[in-house]
Amino acid sequence: MFREIWSTFLNFLHDFGAMCLFFLRLLQYTPSVLVRRFNLVSYQVYNAGALSLVVIMISGLFVGAVLALLAYSSLEQFNAEDTTGIFAGLGLTKGIGPVFTALLFAGRAGTALTSEIGLMKATDQLSAMEMMAVDPMRYVAVPRFLGGVIAMPLLTAIFTSIGLLGAHLVAVEQLGVDVGSYWQQLQNVVDGPDIYEGITKSIVFGFIASLVAVWEGYNSKPTAEGVGRATTRTVVATSIAVLFFNYMITAIYL
Amino acid sequence: MGPSGTGKTTLLQLITRQLSPDKGQVVVAGDDISKYGISELYEMRQRMGMLFQNGALLTDMSVFENVAFPLREHTKLGERLIRNVVLMKLHAVGLRGAAYMMPAQLSGGMARRVALARAIVMDPAMLIYDEPFVGLDPISMGVIAKLIRQMNDALGITSIVVSHDVREIGEVADFSYVIADGKVAASGRPADLKNESSELVRQFMLGLADGPVAFHYDAPDYAEQLLGSGTD
Repeated sequence: MFREIWSTFLNFLHDFGAMCLFFLRLLQYTPSVLVRRFNLVSYQVYNAGALSLVVIMISGLFVGAVLALLAYSSLEQFNAEDTTGIFAGLGLTKGIGPVFTALLFAGRAGTALTSEIGLMKATDQLSAMEMMAVDPMRYVAVPRFLGGVIAMPLLTAIFTSIGLLGAHLVAVEQLGVDVGSYWQQLQNVVDGPDIYEGITKSIVFGFIASLVAVWEGYNSKPTAEGVGRATTRTVVATSIAVLFFNYMITAIYL
Repeated sequence: MGPSGTGKTTLLQLITRQLSPDKGQVVVAGDDISKYGISELYEMRQRMGMLFQNGALLTDMSVFENVAFPLREHTKLGERLIRNVVLMKLHAVGLRGAAYMMPAQLSGGMARRVALARAIVMDPAMLIYDEPFVGLDPISMGVIAKLIRQMNDALGITSIVVSHDVREIGEVADFSYVIADGKVAASGRPADLKNESSELVRQFMLGLADGPVAFHYDAPDYAEQLLGSGTD
């Protein structure tokens, strides 16, 4: 039993170390890819970002709406319903916006990245590139990684904005909170550090979600089952890492 | 040539340095390629063309773009010249008319012909084929066999074909090696290999079901297993 736990732990360390080296290689190739293959990067921003927009916007709207409902029902007891905007604003900007976006990104774009790269591997496309003297790290991995890294903060901003709109619709239009109070309170309380915290999180989560997705695809077993498992691992690993780092960054900003 | 699982593809992967040897040397065109750095390796690969078992076309690009891919990556040719070279190579494999189709629209045989056009687009000195006949209908098989021979003669290059299709290899090869258990079991002209004294080579060349490569996989005694009380 102890031996099994120990060997699982060693395997984890080995995989984690390999992923860190992979991350360093991605960073090493990033400048040359940005200069020489920017068209590939911009396509991947579209692929990971623009194609995730619908799910991000719909989710943002409903998350904001629920947040407003919950805040209002609690604050109403203290006759403080005018401060609903503060709760919706702080919650969305500092925590829920970046975390939800990252989780949705992992489910929508991360799985797509992993399975795409995994299938390229299973159908020898990566080997074919190597045989054509084209490094798949530069052609496949880095552009997809950068696409995710760039897309995540943008998606987070959109999620948060739509979420605030959803909260406004519920709080102001449905529950009758004064529109001036809603936006005034929001503007007064949500300021620089809160926004920086949200931006920091979205950048860190962008790195995590993109790294995990590309790493899992690149290292998946080249079989149908292998690609399926890698896709599952992408969602699980990203979710755990995002929630862990969400706590860490929140603690740092306190 | 050789039975499945005998190490043919592994050998190709060593020749192209997709795998590195644990020990020993891999000498290609007079050079020990196991000592190559990444830039020397990529330089060597630009002089090699490889046809993968399933074609390995890049699925997000059209046939034309697939064939143009090595040219765009490694040359500074103008668009007009790239277009002409690509169309010439596609014409050579009979698929100029499919230039703007996507890989998903191609049959297995067509995909392999496009991959062949891509493999020769940089005018390599050596062409490597990994099981080019697997899963093809007789017509496609004949087309691929004809193209392998044609490319070899017309371009004056070295071709290495890994296969277990004895008849097709007989048509295209000047010289054959039969590999078994990780070693060369026989070599010679394809016609001569049928007269080999080695039982394993004879079994392989004549397609016999039983022989040194046994029909039955290792198992406990048949009667004992049937009459025994175990659940195995």
